[in-house]
Amino acid sequence: MARVLVSVPAKAGRGEIIAIKALISHHMETGFRHSTTGELIPRDIITSFVCRYNGEEIFRAELFPATAANPFISFYTRATESGTIMFEWAGDNGFSATEQAAISVE
Amino acid sequence: MSGDLPSATRRRILKAVAALTVGAGAVQIIRPTGATPAAMQAAIRTVVGENQINRGKVTLDIPPLVENGNTVACSVAVDSPMTAADYVRAIHIFNEKNPQPNVIGVHLGPRAGRAKVSTRIRLADTQRVIAIAELSDGSFWSDSVDVVITLGACLEDS
Amino acid sequence: MRAPHQLLATAIVTVTLAGVASPIAAGEIAADQRRSGYDLMSHETQAMQDDDASNPGMLSVLDGDALWHLKAGMADKACADCHGEASTSMKGIAARYPAFDAERGRALDLTQRINLCRSERQNTTSLPYESKELLALSAYVARQSRGLPITDPATDERLRAAIDAGRQTFNRRQGQLNLACAQCHDDNWDKQLAGNSVTQGQVTGYPLYRLEWQGIGSLQRRMRNCMIGMRAQPFDYGAPEFVDLELFMKWRSRGLRIETPAVRP
Repeated sequence: MARVLVSVPAKAGRGEIIAIKALISHHMETGFRHSTTGELIPRDIITSFVCRYNGEEIFRAELFPATAANPFISFYTRATESGTIMFEWAGDNGFSATEQAAISVE
Repeated sequence: MSGDLPSATRRRILKAVAALTVGAGAVQIIRPTGATPAAMQAAIRTVVGENQINRGKVTLDIPPLVENGNTVACSVAVDSPMTAADYVRAIHIFNEKNPQPNVIGVHLGPRAGRAKVSTRIRLADTQRVIAIAELSDGSFWSDSVDVVITLGACLEDS
Repeated sequence: MRAPHQLLATAIVTVTLAGVASPIAAGEIAADQRRSGYDLMSHETQAMQDDDASNPGMLSVLDGDALWHLKAGMADKACADCHGEASTSMKGIAARYPAFDAERGRALDLTQRINLCRSERQNTTSLPYESKELLALSAYVARQSRGLPITDPATDERLRAAIDAGRQTFNRRQGQLNLACAQCHDDNWDKQLAGNSVTQGQVTGYPLYRLEWQGIGSLQRRMRNCMIGMRAQPFDYGAPEFVDLELFMKWRSRGLRIETPAVRP
């Protein structure tokens, strides 16, 4: 699986707005480049990123070739309850990656 | 289910797409290289439909002068209380000179707490970048930045 | 719009014309004026480096961490089996590499040392230069020296000949543009070339994530880029000239702190 690095605070107060960061290793080949022999290099990108908090979707993004390589996204959510935050990436050529992080909310 | 578009918006978008299709027979010309401001407007209309796009509420943060167009830090914040009654449903970023006009589309809900997203994008050339936010009341708001891209020296040439 | 290498050629013609007949003056940067490339970057790029949770070079460091603990070769040993936790055993290593190897009677850089360990201790194949794995292991090892000052290699007398050889390369005009490293990096740093700051060429952050590469790369890759940009014949990966040059550049950067994995434009 591709290398991923996610950042979720281990602990938060109930209702606190927390920042979540997600970074994944992927070349994000645009599909607009040509090889040295002139052939078009086919597109190979991550097309979607979804984040779920105890199963409920809290953030979703559609990615395009304009997303830089090794996509990085950061966003916010309210810390509602303790549990698991799940990250899921999907893309061209059946690309798939997941990660999860635990959060403890008092 | 929280990512589904409300049916009113879906109807508006379907109407807009239908109008484009019926009119010319060709919906949106996808240029293999070199988008244009017109292609960007078409991509925006696909999302916004016939609705007015208001200026305000949205802050698109991109450095005006960029060291390398391969990786440009980009952040959009929308002024919104993010309550169940009043929140940002989606944020879309568009560009006018990359090979295609979409940059990213992000879907939020009231749980987000804060309507702010940061990412890193590619910009092929000096150009205008536009961020459009869709609010829960169906209104659209935008901000734009003109970005200057310089090239790095001593390029690899592999 | 003119191609980048044409811009480069045009931009530096005035620099070279001035000195076409004369040898390079030793325009070494004053000790208190030495700056890492970090100081010459935009705030946004600095922010990318500063936050481990968003520094793309950290993906490679994490790969290196996994490789460090992976058993390999006929010896079925991981780096960790001999070296324990890298945070302890590798602390300070990158700050004092390249280092003299008594057995071989010459200086070795970090990638050569890693590959020697693989072939001699783990009984497995060497990793190719600039491979994802070799970059990951060197990034992981170098990361353990982050914040530590680069050791002055000249304190080891056995390295002095190699440092001098590196100094000669650095000051020698080469290639179609008849340009020496020193002319940009000692004499014209912090001026702009094709839209980017010319840095001092300090080697505090390698392997580093270069936005231009959209990936992590070694000092040798960066120097090859420079040599190609100068229209000179680049040294091959692993060439002894590169070890000498790195030793000289570490001498130039002595006292500056390791930043690996750095981010640069």
